[in-house]
Amino acid sequence: MSRVNSVLLPAAVVVASVVGLLLLAGTNPWDPLKIIVEGSIGWPPLEEGAARKVGDTFMVWVPIALASAGLIVTFNAGMWNIGIEGQIIMGAIASAWIAREISVSRPILVFLVILAGAVGGLLWGLLVGVLRTAGGVNEIFGGLGLDFVALSLTTYLIIGPWARSGVASTSGTDPFPEDSYLPALGAIKLSPLAVGIALLALVGVWLLFKGTLYGLKLKAVGRNRPSSFLLGIPTNRYLLGAFMICGALAGVAGTSQALGFHQRLIPAISGNYGFLAILVVLLARFRPFLVIPISFFFAMIAVGSSSLQLRLDVNPSLGGVLQGVLVLSAMFGLGWAGYRALKEMSASEAKAGSG
Amino acid sequence: MFSKRLIKLLGVLLAFALVAAACGDDDTGETTATTTTAGGGGDDTTTTVDDGDGGGVMVDDFKLGLVLVGPKNDRGYSQAHFEGAEYVIDQLGLTEDDLIVLEFANTTDTPGLSLPGTAQDMVDLGADLIIFNSDDMRDGAFEAAELIPEVPMIWASGDSAWAEGKDYQANLTNLKNTWGKMTFGKMIGGCAAGLTTQTGELAYLGPLTNDETRRLVNSAYLGARYCWENFRGEDPADLAFNVTYIGFWFNIPGVTLDPTQVVNDFIDGGADVTLSGIDNNVALIRSGQRAEAGENLWGVPYDFVGACDEAPDICLGVPYFNWGPAYLAAAQSVIDGNFTADWKWSEPDWSDINNPDTSVVGYARGPGLSAENAAFLDTFIAGLADGSIELFQGPLNWQDGTQWLGDGEVATDFQVWYSEQCVEGITGVCSVNVFG
Repeated sequence: MSRVNSVLLPAAVVVASVVGLLLLAGTNPWDPLKIIVEGSIGWPPLEEGAARKVGDTFMVWVPIALASAGLIVTFNAGMWNIGIEGQIIMGAIASAWIAREISVSRPILVFLVILAGAVGGLLWGLLVGVLRTAGGVNEIFGGLGLDFVALSLTTYLIIGPWARSGVASTSGTDPFPEDSYLPALGAIKLSPLAVGIALLALVGVWLLFKGTLYGLKLKAVGRNRPSSFLLGIPTNRYLLGAFMICGALAGVAGTSQALGFHQRLIPAISGNYGFLAILVVLLARFRPFLVIPISFFFAMIAVGSSSLQLRLDVNPSLGGVLQGVLVLSAMFGLGWAGYRALKEMSASEAKAGSG
Repeated sequence: MFSKRLIKLLGVLLAFALVAAACGDDDTGETTATTTTAGGGGDDTTTTVDDGDGGGVMVDDFKLGLVLVGPKNDRGYSQAHFEGAEYVIDQLGLTEDDLIVLEFANTTDTPGLSLPGTAQDMVDLGADLIIFNSDDMRDGAFEAAELIPEVPMIWASGDSAWAEGKDYQANLTNLKNTWGKMTFGKMIGGCAAGLTTQTGELAYLGPLTNDETRRLVNSAYLGARYCWENFRGEDPADLAFNVTYIGFWFNIPGVTLDPTQVVNDFIDGGADVTLSGIDNNVALIRSGQRAEAGENLWGVPYDFVGACDEAPDICLGVPYFNWGPAYLAAAQSVIDGNFTADWKWSEPDWSDINNPDTSVVGYARGPGLSAENAAFLDTFIAGLADGSIELFQGPLNWQDGTQWLGDGEVATDFQVWYSEQCVEGITGVCSVNVFG
């Protein structure tokens, strides 16, 4: 019964919610799902000629996965790193600066843009941490404020110092020099390097909490900070470390966006993938390997949703609504399942006690 | 007991999902059929362009792809394009299924969007001609044209096919540019504003700053100044004309200036006529709201023939694009197999600028324009039509005081298209260096 509770119940709630939503949108429930798959990886999946779609989907998956990996660290440290959007943006800005200003051989340049992205995100994440630990500013408010600062800085750069020749527009900068792009497979934008980094990040985060003392202490800080402090763990240092790790990974996500997917800087360079990653991590229950399929599913929706309008003439925002409904209904289902499990446990304990 | 109820509930939910998923077979069939047919259309086009032997597309097989930067019902720029595409479909005797539309094609609304990918999707659906409607789509349109060279495309506002232009892309032989001489429309709108203003202060709500938008601001100002001086007998020095650019074609919260707030600032600063240059109708709507509260205000919207409907009483008229005839000509060339990637910058049909079948630019008068001023406007339009009124004629200085056109010199298309600055007399930052 507990398996029914933990798997079937959330699944049923998700399926019913999605089907209900699609019916409300006035469309056959099966078609949109099929079209999203077709628009993101081809139908049948991975059909011939779907390479571009698959490439785009992977390049959307990369920033979500990287941000999710980072968020697992801060969540385990008990921190809600809402500032992850700003960290993605600052990573993108730092990478863009290197791409625009530095002229060296391609391998070195690619290394530098990735490093710059990591450093840019790390420093922005550190700032959230410093505000939290030294200034007593709640990380949610501090992070949100820094998100706006990062967005404003992007807009300033795009319309000011980095403006296109003869144009002052928030539409974006000129494309960066091609040598700075993340190496891709031919004409499609899929960068095996970016995908590899994202996978490595998830494995690294898994190892961090499975096999290192640092990870264990970080978890302890997240579970009970006062006790951890009394046991001799420098909790503030650990919190700062969590923000720096998360910021660095988010920064590389920004690099992937700026030098991989868009190949220029735009105001919406984060794609809101930081916020989306928060939902991914919650759905994955902080398990790095579950992040892989869940974030890929969300990447498919992000890439495939424009096909909805082309083929069904429904509003493209349906994809975003679908994401929201999926997350909400899954969270509801999981919460309900957890509640049921707890209730059953206490009932059986009471029965054993009376017996 | 609760567990049994839970299982029942699960059963009901799953059954509901399965039953619902099985519904709507008709729709599915239609979609599939469309896709299959469309694929053939795309192949036909491939043959046309590759062969170069005059082969075309059967009219019944023709499909039009339209990529819109905004919504198709924005009462502005995107709606004008959408109605132009509908005109093509009507004229060719096709159905709505033959028009494939993507709205909100911008990175803010659709972060995962790839324009080459969208173009490929449209081709997969059978599009024989794809239109990218925004200046903002430059890079994506180039990528798409390069990726799918066998499919004719139009980038509406660009100059990539202009051999003498600054952005000529000789390798993109399937990418055409189509644009109307909205400079005339803006001159007419500016004239209506100059004739109507009571405070002598006009305002222009600009989108982003580039050659195109400076060109249009200049046109509006020159039209206003001409009518202020020649019909009202006023001193041009007494006419104030202020422009504020919001940073993009429409409002993006947190990124651009808020156009509603900008219009408020205009009005609070003394302007009584606001001309709009952005993609939607915010300026007229806001002016209308304040006019209803008792202020003497007027507006000149932009882009869409029906824009005045948002606040008719204060609307002096709208300079609008009529994309239908130009797009129909391009579609016909694809059907006939003689599509050419050229640059078209068409004048209005001066015999009737509001002829829906011939004029790419028009001016729909609004109820806010008085009968007396309407007569002046007729005279002005007639002067533009017969060439007796030439506003891009020297002496004209740039905003920074340097000379643009010498005494009697008439600007070439090249000079007008690539307007480096606003002209003298306009206040507001028109240069690229918006931060001074």
